[in-house]
Amino acid sequence: MVATNAYVPHAAGYVDNDGPKIVTSRFLHEDSYTLVRALATGGYDGLKDALRRSPAEVAGEVKNAVLLGRGGAGFPAGIKWGFMPPVWPRYLVVNGDESEPGTYKDRLLMERDPHQLIEGCVITCYALGLNQCFLYVRGEMALAQERIAQALNDAYAAGYVGKNILGTDVSIDVVLHWGAGAYIVGEETALIESLEGNPGRPRLKPPFFPAAKGLYLKPTIVNNVETLANLPWLMVNGADKFRSYGSEKSPGTRMLAISGHVNRPGVYEVEQGVVTFRDLFYGEQFCQGIRDGNALKAFVPGGGSAPWFFEDQLDLPIEASEVGSQGSMLGSGAIMVMDETTDIVKACLRLVRFYARESCGKCTPCREGTAWEEKVLQRISDGHGRPEDLDLLLEIGQSISPGDYPVASFISEDLDPVPFPPKQTTICPLGPSSVAPITSAVRRFRSEFEALIPKSELISATAPTVGPDAVEQLEVSK
Amino acid sequence: MTATESTEAATGVPFFLNGKSLTANKGELLIDACERNGVHIPRFCYHERMTPVGMCRMCLVEVDTGRGPALQPSCMLPVTPEMKVQTENEVTQRAQSGVLELFLINHPLDCPVCDKGGECPLQDNAYSYGPGESRFVEEKRHYEKPIPISDLVNLDRERCILCDRCTRFSKEVAGDPLIHFMGRGSETQVNTFPDHPFSSYFSGNTVQICPVGALTASPYRFKARPWDLTATESTAVIDGTGARIALQSSQDELVRVLGVDSEAINWGWLSDKERFGYESANSSSRLTEPLVKTGSGQTSDIGFAPIRWNNALARTAAALGANPERVGVIGGARLSVEAQYAWSKLLSKVALISNVDADLGDGIPADLALGLPRASIAETVAPGSVVVLMAGDPKEELPTLFLRLRHAAVEDGVSIVEITPRRTSLTKHAALSLHPRPGALGSVTEAMANGSFSGTVGGVEGSDLQAAAELLGSDRPVTVILGRANLAESSDFLRDAVQSILTIAPNAKFLPALRRGNLMGAFEMGLAPGFGMGGVPTEGGCSTEQILRAVVGGQIETLLLLGADPLSDFPDRALAAQAFDQVTNLIALDTFLSSSSTLADIVLPAAGFGEVDGSFLNIEGRLSPIQAKVTSKGQSRDDWLIAVGVAASLGADLGFSTLEELRIDLSANVASFSQVDWINLGRGDDGPLLDSTRDWSPEFGERKAVPAVDGYGLALVVDHKLWDLGTLVQNSATLAGLPEKAGLALSRSDFEKLATEEGERVTIETERASANLVVTIDDSCPRGTAHIPFRLPGFDVGELISVSSPVTTIRVAR
Amino acid sequence: MSRLSAANETLAREIISRYPRPKSALIPLLHLAQEQDGYVAADAMEQLAELVGVAPAEVLGTCTFYEMFKREPVGKYVLNICTNLSCQLNGGEELLHHAEQALGVRPGDVTDDGLFTVEDVECIAACTEAPCMQVNYRYEYRLTTSDFDELINDIRTGNRSDLPEHGTLGLVRQHIPADRLAGNESPEEAGTPSWFASRQPAPEDSGKA
Repeated sequence: MVATNAYVPHAAGYVDNDGPKIVTSRFLHEDSYTLVRALATGGYDGLKDALRRSPAEVAGEVKNAVLLGRGGAGFPAGIKWGFMPPVWPRYLVVNGDESEPGTYKDRLLMERDPHQLIEGCVITCYALGLNQCFLYVRGEMALAQERIAQALNDAYAAGYVGKNILGTDVSIDVVLHWGAGAYIVGEETALIESLEGNPGRPRLKPPFFPAAKGLYLKPTIVNNVETLANLPWLMVNGADKFRSYGSEKSPGTRMLAISGHVNRPGVYEVEQGVVTFRDLFYGEQFCQGIRDGNALKAFVPGGGSAPWFFEDQLDLPIEASEVGSQGSMLGSGAIMVMDETTDIVKACLRLVRFYARESCGKCTPCREGTAWEEKVLQRISDGHGRPEDLDLLLEIGQSISPGDYPVASFISEDLDPVPFPPKQTTICPLGPSSVAPITSAVRRFRSEFEALIPKSELISATAPTVGPDAVEQLEVSK
Repeated sequence: MTATESTEAATGVPFFLNGKSLTANKGELLIDACERNGVHIPRFCYHERMTPVGMCRMCLVEVDTGRGPALQPSCMLPVTPEMKVQTENEVTQRAQSGVLELFLINHPLDCPVCDKGGECPLQDNAYSYGPGESRFVEEKRHYEKPIPISDLVNLDRERCILCDRCTRFSKEVAGDPLIHFMGRGSETQVNTFPDHPFSSYFSGNTVQICPVGALTASPYRFKARPWDLTATESTAVIDGTGARIALQSSQDELVRVLGVDSEAINWGWLSDKERFGYESANSSSRLTEPLVKTGSGQTSDIGFAPIRWNNALARTAAALGANPERVGVIGGARLSVEAQYAWSKLLSKVALISNVDADLGDGIPADLALGLPRASIAETVAPGSVVVLMAGDPKEELPTLFLRLRHAAVEDGVSIVEITPRRTSLTKHAALSLHPRPGALGSVTEAMANGSFSGTVGGVEGSDLQAAAELLGSDRPVTVILGRANLAESSDFLRDAVQSILTIAPNAKFLPALRRGNLMGAFEMGLAPGFGMGGVPTEGGCSTEQILRAVVGGQIETLLLLGADPLSDFPDRALAAQAFDQVTNLIALDTFLSSSSTLADIVLPAAGFGEVDGSFLNIEGRLSPIQAKVTSKGQSRDDWLIAVGVAASLGADLGFSTLEELRIDLSANVASFSQVDWINLGRGDDGPLLDSTRDWSPEFGERKAVPAVDGYGLALVVDHKLWDLGTLVQNSATLAGLPEKAGLALSRSDFEKLATEEGERVTIETERASANLVVTIDDSCPRGTAHIPFRLPGFDVGELISVSSPVTTIRVAR
Repeated sequence: MSRLSAANETLAREIISRYPRPKSALIPLLHLAQEQDGYVAADAMEQLAELVGVAPAEVLGTCTFYEMFKREPVGKYVLNICTNLSCQLNGGEELLHHAEQALGVRPGDVTDDGLFTVEDVECIAACTEAPCMQVNYRYEYRLTTSDFDELINDIRTGNRSDLPEHGTLGLVRQHIPADRLAGNESPEEAGTPSWFASRQPAPEDSGKA
């Protein structure tokens, strides 16, 4: 049984710690999502602060803070903003389509502190000189939608959003938009397609870099919820204070969801570059060890798309470049821990199945390749694998992500890491992400796959051969 | 412009292809630059005439732009200076072979029974770039085998490789987004909305551009194998656009028509009428031997007996030669330019007949088609220009031209000013849409020219008049597409409108919207009243309307129909019927027995589409070849040979007995054809644009009075639909069922006055006739107008039209 | 099989008015149709096509891309059981199997009484609370099989009136009063906000694209 600390139901999953609080400061208040609570705790002070400055100064503050995007790619927000050509209209789209496996943070930020996010949106719109922001919230998050809708209604009424904000000439709309269930929409160009009312199929970059050709082919900034939630604090406290937290390359904090086989799974706001994975898994402030005192088998450091880490990587700090050079990514701050009892083949199959189900179908390698990977893995898992299937899986992976795939070092086998990111034959990284669990699991636990494959002399008796092929179903001239 | 940019514009963009230093054009896509330099990159989704989407991933090549080599889709990558491209190295080959293996894992192995087998890009690329064998041992994806998505097109989703060509075409090119990707991931499929079939006029193009056998055309399914086909390039003769086509036959039967990518004309696209109309050539109803009428002469007792050609020609000669003033000749637009020349020479030089008209009173007067400054299609759609549409809906009448116009408006910033009696398919792309009340076209354009922008004129707001006048008067090039938008309205108003538009835009050019085949050729060859060969004005000669009146009046007793069916096509049914009732001698040169030729005394069977060599002059005056692909049916003969035969029966020699001799004679006698290189006509190019300048101009004369508005009636608008009861559609098995039933369409406000339900029958009345028709609401009808399409099943609207009235007014009651 | 009610059509028009292009409202409008009928009816899609000015096939293309839209009636309560990695590691698959057996349905099917549809879903962002489930997109955390049985029983006996029927998402909607709206123009017409220029020197090439 998992040891749990007492948590208040309204903030399920959030666990407090002694570290600095930039985005979770209101989380322990039961009414944290209300305008009353927000105003009582400095809400919209950041906006007031911003409006006293010029848009360029606000943008400069964000650039100086080195606020790395918290959605997955980790690109500095200030620099991204600078890519916008001097063209209007331009739009801000906020990515609240959180659905990377293992990721649980944006939902908390939306449910627990919608005003902080709205304030961040308005500050960003102001800095970028635009007046329409679309807040794209994942469709399955009913409570987040309600909380944001209520917060927006209150904020409009109170003059924090909409026409003549705080009595100034500044007018900015924030429109709440709902998704409808498609992981790929978390990719920024797919998000834009979806916001145009289309199926969320990514656009090719180039030429469709959102900053230049985004929503309606106009300049568009797509920022993650957590990224913008940092802005109110940043406006009030300044870039220097922000950079005093975390490491030089990765200032500030990150929200991390640590799930799986730990004693105290939870969402923690932690300083980047300071805390290590070992601290997180075993520290008293954090997860308090692996369940039942079991040994760690593997962990996913940054969402389902991240190549796996193992015991060898435990002492790496929570820092994007360190994790990247060691063959994986911090991604969306989703850490999933697998103990020694984990069925690796099933875990691998489950993640691959996710990508097969979520492929948008646009690029051939991803559409066909992920589905094929799933079928082969399912067959192995069902005990109908063939000896050549493991190499076949890696080969299919080569068709989606050619060359050396990022992977962690394996010290006892003297294998070096391959740094992130992978190469791709596809438009977006979804297809290549399906190769991560396969490469990670097969390289490290090949014997567990092989154990499921019947001995070669039995293959003909047990494995299904070619399925009912189309040859038998030839259409006949009428 | 920086120094590098100006160098690029002048000399191109230097890049390296497989180590070789080459030059691309500025902005050129890598896939095209490689192709131009002899390196073919395999592709499925890329199509030169559509926006690249980069989704099939077949055209991946390794590209280094200075940041290290990476695989990039060459269909979406413009060449940049010093770009290094590897199309044949191991990385590229592995990527391409990997993509192909993935394409094939779910693709059925039914190539032996697939229409596409043998001409299939997937098959070809699999041989050239594929891995050789599949490692896929799982069960393939299954769907119900082909489902009809329209009357013409079948979709096999198992074969589909989801390249987005058909779906892109239907949305981007045709503007009919009736098919779409449904679902997601490996379950993605192309499909229609339930009960909304893919009934686009352009659906056949998707079959042609499908890179696999997923889309097949009902008329061609299982008809032939690609390796049994032989092909020749020709021209579609169904309307005046003259789209370039490839004619394919198997065992001496036409089995398929494909669009040819002609830069000047159709960009490879065809309407379904141009694509599938070949079926009529194979129809068992084709005329195969000369016929003579038998029986008492009573309609109920009419029959035909075959006669020998000599006999038929002699009788024809006798009828034509007796008294030239008492002969009228109608038609000629179906004929090739060469046949038109032969007949024109026979009529004008041998038989001395001057009452000749290739127009059936449903188009525009010959002097306007011949004598106004002519615009080419390319000039018409040139980026930034202004197009004035004073014609019927181009989608219904000249569908491939419609695609060019649509593209021009949507992609190239061409402003369309529509001055039409009702909304057209271009309205939603038009800069301005003016809908003068029938009869008011002249006064509306006059108000534009005079700057009278107050109040409304002829149902058009002054502000719209002003906006239109400003657009026409701007320094942008102006082209007027001039046609007959309303058969129930005199074409005299069009003449007045042209005069006014030339006042506003003196440099305007004109593109005649002639929907009937080679009508431009017929006019140019002198098959028009008042014109001789080469558009030279002559004295005298009756128009079709005048000929019919003369028959009724007893001044003309012999009618020769050159492939024409005035009894169906002349707008005034009563006049045509009376004339046919009274005519003494009726001779018809035709491929089918039409309503008119069924009444003929002599029927001369002509060789049809795909059976004759010749040439075609399209609306812009471009000459392109028509080629024979199969032998003519039965004893049917080339039209020009029949003219030669009639001349011989009259004891005359036209001066040629082969097509080559005819062409030499033609070039010698018609100035605009003097430079035509007949031997190389249309080989490797779009055919020459012949000189259409004249030493005369159309005369405008007195402006026609605006007819009084009948406050209790509705002004009738009659126009054409692509699918109608025309001979070609009705003799093409797959197309015959496509015409919708005739009905009456009204604006919402006029409809509401009737206090009836949509789909109910109402009574309509004119001075001439009354009828019962189903009524619907149609937002494309302005208030005060009523719309009934021409030649649809259920009701012949010609019964309501009187050519002596400038407009036709109907009364509608519940 | 129904078009939007008059009230919902008004709501639809209000939603459309917030977007620079009408088609952008399509997903929220599909939700609205689903809220009305419990699923997205074909008639509703045709109506939405008219409302946003696209072809019905395009509406269907969007509708079928997104998992939440059902084109057939589903149970009054849709049970989304997560089996992705974090939940799998903590018994999500066992919970799914239990649900299938307890209700006698396979994922995607509706129980005979029309009350429940079980779905095997991907990560729903409650990974630290595994195994988790949503009932009509409302969360249940760290669910044991007996918790599950109890919940089903509560629903059947009418003790979960807090759960809206399938189709309803947020019980609160955004509403922007006309006098509070900053404005909405089409991308072709919109330009630089007036306040921007006054608050900082305009960039050299400012203006429309």
